[in-house]
Amino acid sequence: MAAKITVLNPLGFPPVVTRKEMAPRLDTLAGKTVYLVDCRFDDSDVFLEQVRGWFAEHMPAVRTVIKPLSSVYLRDDPTTWEEIKARGHAAILGVGH
Amino acid sequence: MTIEAKYGVPTVAMHTDKFDRVVRSVAAVNGMSALRQVFVPQPIMGKTPAQLRAYVDGTDPLTGRPVMQEVIEGLTRPFDAAELGGVIFDRSTPWICEPDTDENLHRLFLENRWTDMLPIVLPTEERVAAMLAHTRRKPDEIVGHMRSTHFREHWEYTVEKVAVNAVMAGARPEYFPVILALAATGVTARSSSSSAMASMAVVNGPVRRELDMNAGVGAMGPYNHANATIGRAYGLLSQNLQGGSEPGLSYMGNQGNNYAYNSVTFAENEERSPWEPFHVEHGFKPDDSTVSVFTGCRSTAFTLGVREKYWREHVRNLLRGMDPNGPPTLLLDPIAARQFVDRGGFVKKDALIDWLYDNARMPAGEYWDYQLVQNYIYPRATFGEEPWATWLKAAPDQPIPIFRREDIHVVVVGGETNGYWRIMGAGYQKTVSVDDWR
Repeated sequence: MAAKITVLNPLGFPPVVTRKEMAPRLDTLAGKTVYLVDCRFDDSDVFLEQVRGWFAEHMPAVRTVIKPLSSVYLRDDPTTWEEIKARGHAAILGVGH
Repeated sequence: MTIEAKYGVPTVAMHTDKFDRVVRSVAAVNGMSALRQVFVPQPIMGKTPAQLRAYVDGTDPLTGRPVMQEVIEGLTRPFDAAELGGVIFDRSTPWICEPDTDENLHRLFLENRWTDMLPIVLPTEERVAAMLAHTRRKPDEIVGHMRSTHFREHWEYTVEKVAVNAVMAGARPEYFPVILALAATGVTARSSSSSAMASMAVVNGPVRRELDMNAGVGAMGPYNHANATIGRAYGLLSQNLQGGSEPGLSYMGNQGNNYAYNSVTFAENEERSPWEPFHVEHGFKPDDSTVSVFTGCRSTAFTLGVREKYWREHVRNLLRGMDPNGPPTLLLDPIAARQFVDRGGFVKKDALIDWLYDNARMPAGEYWDYQLVQNYIYPRATFGEEPWATWLKAAPDQPIPIFRREDIHVVVVGGETNGYWRIMGAGYQKTVSVDDWR
């Protein structure tokens, strides 16, 4: 039987993770404003136009607003979040890839 | 995640199916495992509107359910207790591994993806202690924080943790201050980017000679122990101290990158350079020992010499061949560096960089159509950030600079067996003191 040896673990230390609260869901989207947030990466805008088209065709009672992020997706965008909070009811972000 | 948790707006995030493990993992480490996520096929890029409408009308590749049904449900279906279960959890890292045989420990390290798939030196307490003896810093001192990409969490690491990875790489203890300096940059050599980028590390100052590093023949190849193992240590410490580099989860590089094996680590050939050393350009004294890190290393243009008649056109061609999102760092053999001085009168390196900036141009319409420019630069331009905001106003056929002047760099390396030189598409990040870690 080969001898056993002890070695040190090479991994770093992860942060403590705490659960964040999720926003309550809507009873219905009818009569609501849904923001389609364009992350501005790899033709996401073209994709979200199709999502808007789907809503127009299938759920015309839902108002959609396509909103590109203010700058590159790497940066937080409180201006956009504030607008959505003030004028919208829900958000669909796309497309992560 | 911000708009959901901080602003209280019900949100659905749409992603392509290749990123399912990544996005679920990121949501979990940000305390939002319940985030509503819907997937469509990859790719989005380059698809026609009709093709993308088919994605919307179609099914989620992972669940088989209609995409828009999942989107609607994501915004309207209340969360249940199971989705919101689990609160705080601590993910402590053990100090040691369970004792085992040499063979089993090698297998453990390999299967856990703690290696670069090459054999490593097992980090026994004795070997780690020997490594730690080459710094005055205490083993439990925090060196820094690192993550594989900007939307993941930072992990933290100590001097001892860096030493463990340095041992694994086969580095000698005297190399440790350089490796600590690399760890202190907080710049990962294992970026998760789907562009498969690697890093580059350039060492300057007296430490090059102390460690017998190579700045000459074969400097960027597997011909010097210090170059090879310091670079390898940079990669290993990055993947292990940042929380991993696992394909499909924390590494999304579509093709991978061979540069990542040792992160193109070498010493600058200061003695044979006609210009001031790289670290002196960046505010250090010649006798300071430093290491400079670059990221985004993917592409390399290459040629021989600086010709008398058409050198300007040749260099412009090389610059035009770079992706605009990958600024040029010239890696010049000393022969080529002196040729630039002879041909162009670039007695100062600054003059060469000025010339490169002035001559790296392309029509604005062509520039703004690059996909990476669309992804990363165009949004900043529309936000008013300069110089791009001004370049955005140019007429489509008006030549504009491809790169910002401050993103162009020149390093001298090579052993003068010939005047070959190259341009690495690389983003300079920072230069840090090695002396601080002795």
